Amino acid sequence: MRAYFASLAGTAVLLSASLALAQRDKVALVYAELAKAPPKARTRRNPLEKDPDAVAAGRNLFEQHCTECHGDLAKGGNKGPSLRVEQVQNAEPGAIFWILTNGVVWRGMPVWSKLPEPQRWQVVSYIKSLGVADSAPVSAPSTRSSSNVATELPSPRR
Amino acid sequence: MPIPPFTSFLKLFLLSLFFAFLPGAAPAQESPYFVAYDHYLEEPGNLEIEYFSTFGTQRGGRDFHAYWMEFEYGATAWWTTEFYLDGQSTFGDSTLFTGIRWENRVRVLKREHFINPVLYVEYEHKSGADKILKEGEGHDIESDFLTPNAEAHKEHINEIELKLILSSTFKGWNLTENTLAAKDLSNSPWEFGYAIGASRPLALKASAKRCSFCRQNFSAGVEMYGGLGDRHHFGMNETSHYLAPVVAWNLPSDWTFRLSPGFGLNNNSHRFLLRWGVSREIAGFGSMVSRLFGGRR
Repeated sequence: MRAYFASLAGTAVLLSASLALAQRDKVALVYAELAKAPPKARTRRNPLEKDPDAVAAGRNLFEQHCTECHGDLAKGGNKGPSLRVEQVQNAEPGAIFWILTNGVVWRGMPVWSKLPEPQRWQVVSYIKSLGVADSAPVSAPSTRSSSNVATELPSPRR
Repeated sequence: MPIPPFTSFLKLFLLSLFFAFLPGAAPAQESPYFVAYDHYLEEPGNLEIEYFSTFGTQRGGRDFHAYWMEFEYGATAWWTTEFYLDGQSTFGDSTLFTGIRWENRVRVLKREHFINPVLYVEYEHKSGADKILKEGEGHDIESDFLTPNAEAHKEHINEIELKLILSSTFKGWNLTENTLAAKDLSNSPWEFGYAIGASRPLALKASAKRCSFCRQNFSAGVEMYGGLGDRHHFGMNETSHYLAPVVAWNLPSDWTFRLSPGFGLNNNSHRFLLRWGVSREIAGFGSMVSRLFGGRR
């Protein structure tokens, strides 16, 4: 029985070590994942882009499920990178939806397909409404025309 | 290794209540299943503390109330580990701590597919008085539970359980199929079982308002599970099977409640099982613990 527990503990240590290695260069690699979205997924249009409630609903969902890693207003947190950078804000909605659906599992972002598809599109609407943050590492001026809608919304009552 | 006394279980239960009231809880989006597993793992760094109860009727004996505490931790986005504490009270007999379980689920594929496999490995150290019915396996049938607690508790079982979880999500529906193979580490044959489930949130779009009673906070479905005999006698003969509607209520205030009335499908099954559970997810638990020891996360 002792040998059995020792082998279980050894397995856990090996898995933890592999995790520590996977943390390196995570942020850059996570952004690079957007480019891996297949063309068919990338060209998908957000079916809720004209839904007036989509951003507010997406904000609720984001605060419930994403803020822990990506920080308040998606400016980046302890575990997840900022989503207020050009790589994300200039990405096609379909590419962001694809990342939400598939996660970046080996780099720490879980699969979010447990949120029904309309809710994932609501989160995409919210993320795209945020715009590039001033403090984010911007390499060129944003070409987005929409204003930062979500940051102007009143905070929902918790 | 002897099974520790019931007071240890009580202490751990109280400790888990303490953790459950810590700040940093995360509103959960939990599946309604009690027995079946889908392919969604715990978010990395989050700890979910869960309490589940099963009330079961017993023909020819005394009804029982079995319960377990579950500590589910997202080690990574592809690996979830869980620790269980099991107990039971048989009415008119006694209350017992019946054992521990250590469960691991590992996601196999990097991306979402139509069918998503997850591998499940569990070690169980329990007594013969265990009645939580967390799965159907082998030739486990209702009459096994007739043994009085004092006698059943003398039997110690060390078991390895493997599952292949195949789960799909399509148009808001989750469909899952679990195949189980369990081996008592004593000289017993491999035993087999299954669980299947289907569930869906009551609304697919989220409301723009934060609300407790919005339809998207509820999910409902059904699960079915049972044994498939063992290596020597594979099949449905002398096995028990259950069908159970399931419902979950995911509150924005961090709690999830689940309820499931289960019905035995043959004469070897308990006629009725009523299960309920409450859970709370603590976001960033891994970071909190890491900071306690001077870590940066």
